[in-house]
Amino acid sequence: MSVVRLEYRNVTMRFARSDGPGALTALNGVSFEVHDGEVVSLIGPSGCGKSTLLNIGSGLAAPSDGLAFVDGERIEGASAHVAFMLQKDLLLPWRTVIENVMLGVEIQHVPPAERRLRARVLLDNFNLAEFSGHYPHQLSGGMRQRVALARTLAVDPHVLLLDEPFSAVDAQTRMVLQRDLAQTLSRSRKTALLITHDLLEAVTLSDRVLVMSARPGSIIDEIAIDLPQRDDPIARRREPRVNDYVARLMDRLDIVHAVIEKQAAGGAI
Amino acid sequence: MSNGHSGSLIRNGTLASVLLLAVFLAAWEWGPGLFGIPTFIVPPLSMVAREFVHAWQFDHLLFHTGVTVAEVLAGFILGSLLGALVGYLLGMSPTAEFALSPYILALQIAPKVAFAPLFILWMGFTVYPKILVAILIVFFPVMVNVLTAIRGVDPDLINLARSFKATRAQIFWKIEFPTSMPPMFAGLRIGATLAVVGVVVGELVGGNMGLGYLLTFGEGQADTPMVFVSIVMLTLVGGIAYLGVILAERRVLHYLPAQTARRSF
Repeated sequence: MSVVRLEYRNVTMRFARSDGPGALTALNGVSFEVHDGEVVSLIGPSGCGKSTLLNIGSGLAAPSDGLAFVDGERIEGASAHVAFMLQKDLLLPWRTVIENVMLGVEIQHVPPAERRLRARVLLDNFNLAEFSGHYPHQLSGGMRQRVALARTLAVDPHVLLLDEPFSAVDAQTRMVLQRDLAQTLSRSRKTALLITHDLLEAVTLSDRVLVMSARPGSIIDEIAIDLPQRDDPIARRREPRVNDYVARLMDRLDIVHAVIEKQAAGGAI
Repeated sequence: MSNGHSGSLIRNGTLASVLLLAVFLAAWEWGPGLFGIPTFIVPPLSMVAREFVHAWQFDHLLFHTGVTVAEVLAGFILGSLLGALVGYLLGMSPTAEFALSPYILALQIAPKVAFAPLFILWMGFTVYPKILVAILIVFFPVMVNVLTAIRGVDPDLINLARSFKATRAQIFWKIEFPTSMPPMFAGLRIGATLAVVGVVVGELVGGNMGLGYLLTFGEGQADTPMVFVSIVMLTLVGGIAYLGVILAERRVLHYLPAQTARRSF
């Protein structure tokens, strides 16, 4: 198969407990690879360490055990080849839309003319050109999230790490954003690791879905999504086989039991 | 529709404000006479106005005002710079903040104007003790606001910058510093009015220059109109200082939604 862009090799993560002595194991021996141009989704119960995997991938956290690689190089600190995007748009209120898109390239000392050019092209692609001089508070939630995506892409990363990027927007806007993302990823042949709670989102956007267990998180299943049109999640939604995949994911996550157990334990859902 | 609303609010509000001013000035002019209050207790407006012209011509009112303005400016600028600097340093070093916080709290509780006699003992009847009191009094609101702002920066924003391989300096200048601007201006606004308080107390305690000196001079002569003139001038100086901060704030924080900006006025 093609080049491996992102690899986790036997990654374990332990945190000091905040409520007493000892350590809390968040991740336990997680190994997987993401190949060039592939979109892989991670699903699993809350607190299973998905976001920790993403922090490790972006070099913001170092694993307690095991190794992580980007483009075959061990991850030690942030890499210019990886960019992440969160549920929060994290736009800077004092910067205009285009200035927000240029944040990353500015930090990386890309020449000013080149910065502006890249930002313009991305804003054009996302139909945001006419808003480039606006401030974030003047935009809708969906538009802000698209600006955040443009900022992520502006640094031209090899790997995108996306942590529930669309979970804060309404259902219809989310479908449009998912299509924008899918088209961008397939056009630019970017590699992406997507964390999501939305099973349908995982199935319609991905080549593969990895299922994680509750804490300590480990990968308990891997499902290849054998559907056409990965660049058009809205068309994929109409595929009857999507339902089979979603049903299978529900079974693997044991959703009904997990939720009932949590309620019995007095935990929030 | 909302535009029409705010338009009529501004029109009616301004009208009421002007009316209130007219009533106040009229009460000042004719009230004392009407209630038989002697002019050495409350001099009417016209008497204060005459005293203003007299003080301008013969008592160097402009010079004394100039001295106070210069002290206020110097104290405010130095105090805010120092406050901001210490706020940023402590904000970026939790250890330093932890170690220094009891002393900062003690200094913050101590009434700063009580230091005025001490500073005059140290530095004599010059402008410096007045500036020093102003520096001390302006320092705290600015420092506390900057410190709190730096503490409150969204850690995800810092992580975003770090993921782009930002250096510590870049994180400061691109994320932390701009984030601290709105709270810093809130501190500067408080500081602008407090600077006048600090300077006046310094001038009251000792010296022969400034509006505070004019105030005690008028008191010593039982010249009530001069006391009034000094108070009015001090209010004017404080008002202009405050206005200056507001105008600077409008320029710097132009990106904030208009609603928030107006409410904060």
